[in-house]
Amino acid sequence: MKKLLSVSLIGLAVAAASSAQARDYDHVRIGVDVPYVPMEYRTAEGDLTGFDIDLGNAMCEEIGVTCEWIEQEWDGIIPGLLSRNYDAVMSSMTINDERRQQVLFSEPYITMPSAWFAASDLDIDEANEETLEGLTIGVQRGTLQDNYVTDNYGRVADISRYSTADDMVLDMDAQRLDIVFLDFPIGQSTLIENENGDYVIVGEQITEPKEYFGDGFGIAFRQRDQALADKFNDALATLKEDGTYDEIYTRYFGDE
Amino acid sequence: MPDISAWFNDLLSGNLIFTPTTLGYYWDGLVTTTQLVFLSLVIGLVLAVPLAILRSSKRKWISLPVYLYTYVFRGTPLLVQLYIIYYGVVFFDGIQESVFWPIFREAFYPALIAFTLNTAAYTTEIFRGAIKATAKGEIEAARAYGMSQSLMMRRIIIPSAFRRALPAYGNEVIFMLHASAIASVVTLMDLTGAARYVYSRFYTPFEPFLFVALIYLCLTFAILFFFRFLEKKLLAHLKPQTP
Repeated sequence: MKKLLSVSLIGLAVAAASSAQARDYDHVRIGVDVPYVPMEYRTAEGDLTGFDIDLGNAMCEEIGVTCEWIEQEWDGIIPGLLSRNYDAVMSSMTINDERRQQVLFSEPYITMPSAWFAASDLDIDEANEETLEGLTIGVQRGTLQDNYVTDNYGRVADISRYSTADDMVLDMDAQRLDIVFLDFPIGQSTLIENENGDYVIVGEQITEPKEYFGDGFGIAFRQRDQALADKFNDALATLKEDGTYDEIYTRYFGDE
Repeated sequence: MPDISAWFNDLLSGNLIFTPTTLGYYWDGLVTTTQLVFLSLVIGLVLAVPLAILRSSKRKWISLPVYLYTYVFRGTPLLVQLYIIYYGVVFFDGIQESVFWPIFREAFYPALIAFTLNTAAYTTEIFRGAIKATAKGEIEAARAYGMSQSLMMRRIIIPSAFRRALPAYGNEVIFMLHASAIASVVTLMDLTGAARYVYSRFYTPFEPFLFVALIYLCLTFAILFFFRFLEKKLLAHLKPQTP
């Protein structure tokens, strides 16, 4: 009995050790927070689409693996990766040092500024401590915009945090929020091109300081999956060379 | 005194999760949760007593509307009720210009309204059950004394119904405390909201949620203790008598 126990314990230990090793993936599960127009969203027919989705699928095809997209709300997206609910996150995630301590990033695949959006009758030209004083600011919980606003304006303004960008836009339309801070293209497509209200961009697009706004969007992997990250980096380089990347870019952002 | 603060700083140094800042979030969360639960329970209780009396009326046209109300609010999830009240009201045209907007603009009041209506519905049914269970003998005795219906209600039925309802109502209070955890879906920073924020900022699910779970446990213990005390006092006459 004792022997049996120790043998099975060794077996368990071996199994545990081998599962802690990097493994070869032929099926990659990718976590994504939907909707975040135009990066990831569902069409009227219910199909998942967007810049991240198309680029991710093209990369998987290039690598020769099958990809499965798994939806996960933003505030749990990194814990979900670490607890192996999926193997990668491709969901407009900005690369920054805080996140680097938790996950391994691919090379940045796109750079995206953040911006302030407000109803046109708010009548401020620039967001700073004075103009924001006493206003209610909307952010998506756990985003770098949340961190930036909390650290810089948490003392002078009220901050409302939302699980999804959708809920935030709803409350903007309801006039519960005075101003929101968002990734620029997302604000552009959900607020400026939205027909429920009259919104404007306040001030310049923001990409500094790097400690918050990082180095563009990257795909996140678990720290030990360097091999998988390398494959995606190679695939990205190939797609940029053969023009597939440009084609997908134009599909969602037009010619720029 | 300086020893304690040095010890406290020592305790907090070297970890990211329990900083004075995050502890501040938890504290604010505790205050919000307590306010929300306490206010909704008090208002709910005040509403529930007359509603329970109406609900136990023999006249259908009095009891039926109350029954419909409790049926709807007990028959649907609190989360759905909260969503309807918070996001639903903005679809009424002109709500932003009305006098109600200062109330509905904040997340606190829609949450308070949803919680109050919900707990009032449950409490009404708890009291109604207790009123129904009044011993026939007590009512007959009251009638024999020549008490009017309202005097009997005030002196006999309600006081004894309160006592009978107490254990069930204690459960409702605890249930309400736990149900208040959904307040964070409408941007309220209650205890759970604070935990969700720390969780998403530092990507650690265990520490913040375990920490607030402990706080909820302490609150529950306090409530249990309070109701145990009340029951001991008010239900003393039901205890077996020692000779």
